[in-house]
Amino acid sequence: MIEFITQPWSWWFSGMMIVGIMFFLLFFGQSFGFSSNLRTICAAAGLGKTNKFFDFNWRGQLWNIVFLIGAVLGGFLTKQFLDTGAPVQISQETIQDLSKLGISEPESLQPNEIFGLDAIFSLKGFLILSLGGLMVGFGSRYAGGCTSGHAISGLSDLQLPSLIAVIGFFIGGLIMTFLILPLIF
Amino acid sequence: MKFIKFLVLGIIFGIVMTKSEAVSWFRIQEMFRFQAFHMYGIIGTAVILGVIGVALIKKFKIRDFSGNEILFSPKDKSVYRYLIGGSIFGLGWALSGACPGPMVVNIGYGYWAMAIVFFFALVGTYLYGVLKNKLPH
Repeated sequence: MIEFITQPWSWWFSGMMIVGIMFFLLFFGQSFGFSSNLRTICAAAGLGKTNKFFDFNWRGQLWNIVFLIGAVLGGFLTKQFLDTGAPVQISQETIQDLSKLGISEPESLQPNEIFGLDAIFSLKGFLILSLGGLMVGFGSRYAGGCTSGHAISGLSDLQLPSLIAVIGFFIGGLIMTFLILPLIF
Repeated sequence: MKFIKFLVLGIIFGIVMTKSEAVSWFRIQEMFRFQAFHMYGIIGTAVILGVIGVALIKKFKIRDFSGNEILFSPKDKSVYRYLIGGSIFGLGWALSGACPGPMVVNIGYGYWAMAIVFFFALVGTYLYGVLKNKLPH
């Protein structure tokens, strides 16, 4: 049993678990949308005083902040108790493509070239992390949701806006992957 | 006490995202290069079961635990905000290899670099609030 849990989980089991979380949130009277937390944190930090977009009853969103804290704990618990530390099993083609960019094959969950300490304290590494975050935060609020809100919740409800947003996710993702990443690495 | 169920769901979410490797920059790159079924399998399974479940909730007017009918509010009709906003999100997703959920899961896992990504995601959200009225929606 423990061995089963510490192995990487299959796509079908993971997908079932994620949609299960969505249904439990619906059953508890809420909905699955993670990026709303970013707006809530801005509001809780008092930014509503200078900007109306963050002037709302953020305490009504505390359940989602608690969900976020749980997600942090989930990552921590996995690392401590449910992890073999094995490298991510990505395809050989991806390993080869990434090596052309100077990203070495996986040794753990994340590439050292981007998330290692050396990278954080280099100008280029810092720019990658900060611009990446900036675009995710800006884009998810502009589009009114992220992967959970649009790709999972919205598509489950057959919402056309969510389909357009997911197409946008891929337009941006493909431009970054095939046009911009080769320029910066 | 009423929040404990959300804490538990969050913990499960964090574990699933890590064990499925969906929090990995490598997996996101593999997805955008169409070189494995893994991420499509995860999202596809969730969406197919989600469509069925949501349809059943609507058909049988299933209620939540406090007895209220579960309602789904349609999102505003538009193309610009979803296409442009979504594309900007996608640029960031492929660069940092994480959407907002996986960012915090990574921080819990011990990747402190993701705290920088998360902080700037907050800055980006604020920036949207500032520019909101000047952007096409």
